[in-house]
Amino acid sequence: MIRFIAVRILRAAITILAVVTFAFVVLRMSGDPAQVMLGPDTPQESVDAFRRAWGLDQPLWIQYLAYIKSIFTGDFGVSMRDKASALDLVLQRVPATLQLTVPALFLKLMIGIPAGVYAALHRQSFTDRGVILLAVFGFTIPSFVMGLLLVLIFAVILGVLPSGGQDTWMHGILPTLTMSIGGIGILARFSRSAMIEVMGQPYIRTASAKGLKWRDVVWSHALPNAAVPIVTIVGFMVGSLIAGAVVVESIFSWPGIGRLLVVSVSNRDLAVVQCILLIIAAAMVVSNLAVDLLYGWLDPRLRSVASH
Amino acid sequence: MGAASSNLVELRDLKVAFDGVQVLHGINLDVRRGEALGLVGESGCGKSVTWLAALGLLPGKASVTGSVRLQGHEISGGTRESFERVRGGRIAMIFQDPSSSLNPVLRIGRQITEALAIHRGLKGEAGKAEALRLLDMVGIPDPRRRFDLYPHEFSGGQCQRLMIAMALAGEPDLLVADEPTTALDATIQAQILDLLIQLRAETGMATVFISHDLGAVSQVCERVCVMYAGRIVEEGTTAQLFSEPRHPYTRGLFDAIPRIDGPRQRLIPIPGTVPNPKHLPEGCAFSPRCSRAVEACRSERPPLLSLSDGRQLACTRPVPAEERAGTKSKVAEEMLQ
Repeated sequence: MIRFIAVRILRAAITILAVVTFAFVVLRMSGDPAQVMLGPDTPQESVDAFRRAWGLDQPLWIQYLAYIKSIFTGDFGVSMRDKASALDLVLQRVPATLQLTVPALFLKLMIGIPAGVYAALHRQSFTDRGVILLAVFGFTIPSFVMGLLLVLIFAVILGVLPSGGQDTWMHGILPTLTMSIGGIGILARFSRSAMIEVMGQPYIRTASAKGLKWRDVVWSHALPNAAVPIVTIVGFMVGSLIAGAVVVESIFSWPGIGRLLVVSVSNRDLAVVQCILLIIAAAMVVSNLAVDLLYGWLDPRLRSVASH
Repeated sequence: MGAASSNLVELRDLKVAFDGVQVLHGINLDVRRGEALGLVGESGCGKSVTWLAALGLLPGKASVTGSVRLQGHEISGGTRESFERVRGGRIAMIFQDPSSSLNPVLRIGRQITEALAIHRGLKGEAGKAEALRLLDMVGIPDPRRRFDLYPHEFSGGQCQRLMIAMALAGEPDLLVADEPTTALDATIQAQILDLLIQLRAETGMATVFISHDLGAVSQVCERVCVMYAGRIVEEGTTAQLFSEPRHPYTRGLFDAIPRIDGPRQRLIPIPGTVPNPKHLPEGCAFSPRCSRAVEACRSERPPLLSLSDGRQLACTRPVPAEERAGTKSKVAEEMLQ
């Protein structure tokens, strides 16, 4: 078990390093921060001075080694725009993002899973077809379309909810809804197919043949088995709690990490972008690790595979 | 209803259709208290479906009609609860593939005590003690240590023993064993058969043994029902059917068994395969494969009739009683040479 976890952690570290390296190289190859920060008509001497100040005049691999070294000492760099610690800038935005993504995750779980399980247990019924139809709508409509649609209905036509900003809790409703609808659809569809698969297994017939009440067959025999594929999707959703709001925050002018990322990329604010990507990658990797450990807890067969 | 009282279970005109395709064409079958009844036939002839339908265990798309009576009380066509009262406690069932019939994520101790809690109200330590007794009874070595293991930590034969222990937990009046040995090795098969025979002797529960293995059926059962294409074609005591099969299909099943006694003989397989339920032949469903079939067999389906020797038979041109006797004496003569 310890070896299993050690291997997973090593793999996680490699994944994060790969993301960081990729971000580092792509950001520097795709544009010049000096040009963007200083504007097109800046004299060459100022540009050169800017480059020297930020170490951009060094060869790429020296910049890279310096960057990796500073990460290990806990220094994530300084924002070129705000001259403040990149990590502080990013961490300041985390609560705003979580204000949207955590309630959205809650909605996804509370609506998506029960809807999918119910549909599976009442297969071919009117409700089942309704759930499938809504689920397909939910995850095929892109969030920027969904967001604009909701703004049109609730802010423009009905005028009951604000269309952007972060002033009151009412401002959070539309972005949270926009973010959760797709996830609800995905979870409903996954839970439904996982549950249909499990309900057709011989051990479910055994549980019924034993004389168990239908409710107990579903709760204590079917759901624990259906949980494995559902946990995979939920793990992905938890991992994207921080990253998941890029588009929606931009639509609703919500001052979270997503919007900071968009602004920082267009400004070529290297340290901030790298810091955000690092945090997103770390969140994804940690939730993947948690899912792997959860698999073992949910399915004893995987546990014995892992320990061998 | 005098005769009915000795019957534990009575199936009357039981019919099953999947998506409009009829697979069971009106089964009439009685199981007496404590008896061991065999249900034989090739795969797909409706043996398992009969009992899954009787217990309401078929998937929702199956439409089941007819009557299933347990000691005179109708259980079919009722609510989900009426089936739940019968399952496990009155009629228990074990299945063909024991390894996938146990829930992979639950400890086996839990799976057995669960049944004890529903049917006998045994919970906590009392439940555990009884479960350990059952595990011991079905021949699981060192049950105390293995109580908390998961199904994948047991072999196929042991999983079937666990299934049997679970079935015994409700102290049922009838155990339906649906091909319980098909997925197991030959030596394990013999052990499971012995276990079933021994448990029936100890508990007095009736057994329905579903199998295509006539040898196994003859070991376990007193009475045998032969099914073909969703109908019963011959029914009688094991001795009757084994010494003198009258339906050409029953005869064919026996001719296809290799014999270890007597001279070496070529096995005679039954030509062709079981017909697709969607396209059943006109008349007797067996007629296209039957060497004795005449024109009448292809147009008219013979009803299941009682014969003077007590058996039931559905055949227009049955194997004559004396012909079988003739071949038997011929075999005996050959053996003497």
